[in-house]
Amino acid sequence: MTAQAEPSELGGVIRKDEAPEAGPLPGPATAGRTGGEGRVLNVFSHGVLVIWALMVTLPLLWAVMSSLKTDNEILTSPWGLPNSLHFENWSRAWSKSNIGDYFLNTVVVVGCSLFGTMLLGSMAAYVLARFEFPGKRIVYFTFVGGMSFPIILALVPLFYVMKNMALLNTFHGLILVYIAYSLPFTVFFLTSFFKTLPTSVAEAAMLDGASQTRTFFQVMLPMAKPGLISVGIFNFLGQWNQYMLPTVLNTGDNKVLTQGLVELAASQQYRGDWSALFAGLVLAMLPVLGVYIIFQRQVQAGLTAGALK
Amino acid sequence: MKTGASPAVPAAGADPTRSPVRRPPHRFLRWYRKYGFVAGFLAAPLAIYAIFVISPFVQAIYYSFTDWTGLSSNFKMVGFKNYDWLLHDDLFWTAVGHNILLLLVLPLVTLGLGLFFAFMLNVGGRRRRNAAVSGVRGAGVYKIVYFFPQVLSIAIVALLFQYTYNPRDGMLNAALDAVGLDSLEQLWLGDPDLALWCLMAVMVWSNVGFYVVLFSAGMSSIPRDFYEAALLDGANRFHTFFRVTLPLLWDTVQTGWIYMGIIALDAFAVVQIMTVGPGGPADSTEVMGYYVYTKTFRDGQAGRATAIGVAMLVVTLIFAVIVSRLGRRERLEY
Repeated sequence: MTAQAEPSELGGVIRKDEAPEAGPLPGPATAGRTGGEGRVLNVFSHGVLVIWALMVTLPLLWAVMSSLKTDNEILTSPWGLPNSLHFENWSRAWSKSNIGDYFLNTVVVVGCSLFGTMLLGSMAAYVLARFEFPGKRIVYFTFVGGMSFPIILALVPLFYVMKNMALLNTFHGLILVYIAYSLPFTVFFLTSFFKTLPTSVAEAAMLDGASQTRTFFQVMLPMAKPGLISVGIFNFLGQWNQYMLPTVLNTGDNKVLTQGLVELAASQQYRGDWSALFAGLVLAMLPVLGVYIIFQRQVQAGLTAGALK
Repeated sequence: MKTGASPAVPAAGADPTRSPVRRPPHRFLRWYRKYGFVAGFLAAPLAIYAIFVISPFVQAIYYSFTDWTGLSSNFKMVGFKNYDWLLHDDLFWTAVGHNILLLLVLPLVTLGLGLFFAFMLNVGGRRRRNAAVSGVRGAGVYKIVYFFPQVLSIAIVALLFQYTYNPRDGMLNAALDAVGLDSLEQLWLGDPDLALWCLMAVMVWSNVGFYVVLFSAGMSSIPRDFYEAALLDGANRFHTFFRVTLPLLWDTVQTGWIYMGIIALDAFAVVQIMTVGPGGPADSTEVMGYYVYTKTFRDGQAGRATAIGVAMLVVTLIFAVIVSRLGRRERLEY
């Protein structure tokens, strides 16, 4: 309705072409003209698409290949295939270079913070979507406003907030911070999701004597499952891949995977165990890529959901 | 509320001296019945958010007016002295320049490639029967592959490319060597003229897939009739893209522009991990985010660091306003 020019123009054209569609005349004519163009274009588009696909996969495959070579092979023939597959690089990275510990640390931190984010985020979003109370708009915009602020600005004072609360270099401190910085998007996304759900089921549950809390956990949360999965995937990847927050707030020995890898890379300058470093990178990449390939539809939907709103 | 009348009735009929004693719990009870559930559900999320997000942001603005080192608890207000220092600091302006360059180049290249590939995937295929336009075969596979970098941590991506760019035994120079183009070999991240562009390439590489998927989703919701109509009208695909696809996708492109702009204004991880020294060779990759970090944790000048951070916030807000003003168009409904 708001836009006049383009749709009406197009609408006119559509009406024009609906009539002759039944007749045989325009069929061959258009097919003849665009068939050639289509073929050339098809070759061109496949060519371009394949080139980018190679550009994406080659660095990843190169890392996998390097992780199975000896250090000498890596240094002398970066492009050559390994003479034999050195899987012991992987086990050396896992145990000696502490990648295994970093991996488990990440699992613990992300597991707890993801659960906390989803629980607290959906509680806040539900209340903001379904109830009227004074200050509601302020609370909503306070949450949502956090999405557009550069985190690095808060990082300096946050470091000292954590220090004063003795939360620095602890898992529970890191978990609380992950939850806090995941709330803006989670609340934003789930508030609009809860608004789209029908009210009748919750009302029926209330009439049957269910408390508000029980209605939320047993009726509304199951109904919100698609939205929870989308935002859950978004938060999982964001928290699993987080680098800046742990780099500043978790500088002890119990590192998470991303900072552990960067540390490992820095130490290679004097240790020179390149194969273990590539093995570490591959060990960190493979689980995420594996999960992504299995759930690729949900992951793509979850990550782009925020931008499509 | 109907409960509002009930406490007033006994208070009026009974001894008036007793009512002040009885009323407060009543009022609380009434509030509790009405908002108790809301308050209970909001308490924990709001508390965590206030402590770890809001309070640091507010404190940051306060500290930017002090001479705090970040190490001791002694500091005093210095007014606008930090901002004055900022305006006369060469490295700050270098960093701002780099961020603005990133802000101009990154969204343009990333969104451009994203739109191009998405259009190829959805409209570039060989024409099939009864279809005006069709996607290329294997579009799903391309989308899966293109999205790979998006699920990897920027830390892993940055490390991977640090070794790709390695001048001695990295993949890039080795490849140039293999095809006989030794003369094109570069120091890459070690070259002050190239380092920032190398970082940009990595950021484009890791973000294009997201926009291909995003724009593909947008394009597949454009009715096929529109393409049919345009083709029957004699439009080639070039025209179809600029006259049909792009206008209908404009909202999504604008959102993407803001997302990409925020990534361009950050750039902390790639600079910190990939480039040598603080901020690259000859400060050629210094950005505001990384300058905040070194000022605080290396130089012990938290007051100045937070002033840089506030400047960064201002640039972010200006950018968001410009994009939403410039990009404002009438929304096309379809």
